[in-house]
Amino acid sequence: MGLIGDTVDSIKSIQTRQLLSQAVSLGMIVTSALIIWKALMCVTGSESPVVVVLSGSMEPGFKRGDILFLHMSNAPIRAGEIVVFNVDGREIPIVHRVIKVHERQDTGEVDVLTKGDNNNGDDRLLYAQGQQWLHRHHIMGRAVGFLPYVGWVTIIMTEKPIIKYILIGALGLLVITSKD
Amino acid sequence: MHSFVYRLNGLLTFSVTILAIMCAITSLSDNLHTPSPSAEIQVMNINWFQKQPQGNDEVSLTMNISADLQTLFTWNTKQLFIFVAAEYETPKNSLNQVSLWDAIIPSKEHAKFWIHTSNKYRFVDQGNNLRGKEFNLTLHWHVMPKTGKMFADKIVLTGYSFPEEYR
Repeated sequence: MGLIGDTVDSIKSIQTRQLLSQAVSLGMIVTSALIIWKALMCVTGSESPVVVVLSGSMEPGFKRGDILFLHMSNAPIRAGEIVVFNVDGREIPIVHRVIKVHERQDTGEVDVLTKGDNNNGDDRLLYAQGQQWLHRHHIMGRAVGFLPYVGWVTIIMTEKPIIKYILIGALGLLVITSKD
Repeated sequence: MHSFVYRLNGLLTFSVTILAIMCAITSLSDNLHTPSPSAEIQVMNINWFQKQPQGNDEVSLTMNISADLQTLFTWNTKQLFIFVAAEYETPKNSLNQVSLWDAIIPSKEHAKFWIHTSNKYRFVDQGNNLRGKEFNLTLHWHVMPKTGKMFADKIVLTGYSFPEEYR
């Protein structure tokens, strides 16, 4: 096939200087992606400004594979907000809705209880052993915006890593064999 | 510059950019819309009002909730999540919000409704401060769009209060 023949010819004619300059271009692309990601973290005030919905506990509003945009401000946490939180000892963040808020008079600290829209019970079963409430430091952000279906790319790449390697390999091949 | 792979790459980039712009414009179109919802909640009965063994007050009540939220729906609305929360202040807590009942309204036709229900979630205080206390019942709604920015608002209804004694 012409495509494979062209690719093989391109690989055969690689020179060192061209290879190095293409490695630098690749590095620039990766670094600018990282800069954009870090800038987003700064602007939204959240450690992960974009999360993918992994479970069906917020259906029919958020389905598996949807993307949520997060924002964390110092505004107090109020009932009804959709928050993303980490339970101590678990690394996967959970996106559920706040159903109870008790805010202290003096310190402004807050006890929060959450529940997934599609779950029957509240999240006390998900919290750490003996923990009845979430506190502000558990909460990573509030969901403010939403895009459907786009997160499937991330889910597929996480659950079938072979696809991730194929994709990166193909992109690398494309960069190396490009003539500019 | 004209190989199949380059053309595919260009096509994919262009379509993703166009899709992103369309989603952003769809979301912005929601700002042009001004809703005018209305709601009414009546507490029909305080079923019981006790102090739990751990020392926290708990109450069970039955409410009549009626609302017309049809004007909140736009072409970009997927569903409306509504809930009724009791809000009150205690000496220890400047704000307590306890969600009593929630529902998902999937379409405009279902947005005008009347329901007679007891509280779906347990109404438990942190402490035993509820006797004789006044509280607000607030109907909150969260608009979940088909794509874009989510927004929320509420109607605050005042004038409710707990009985002076446990029952």
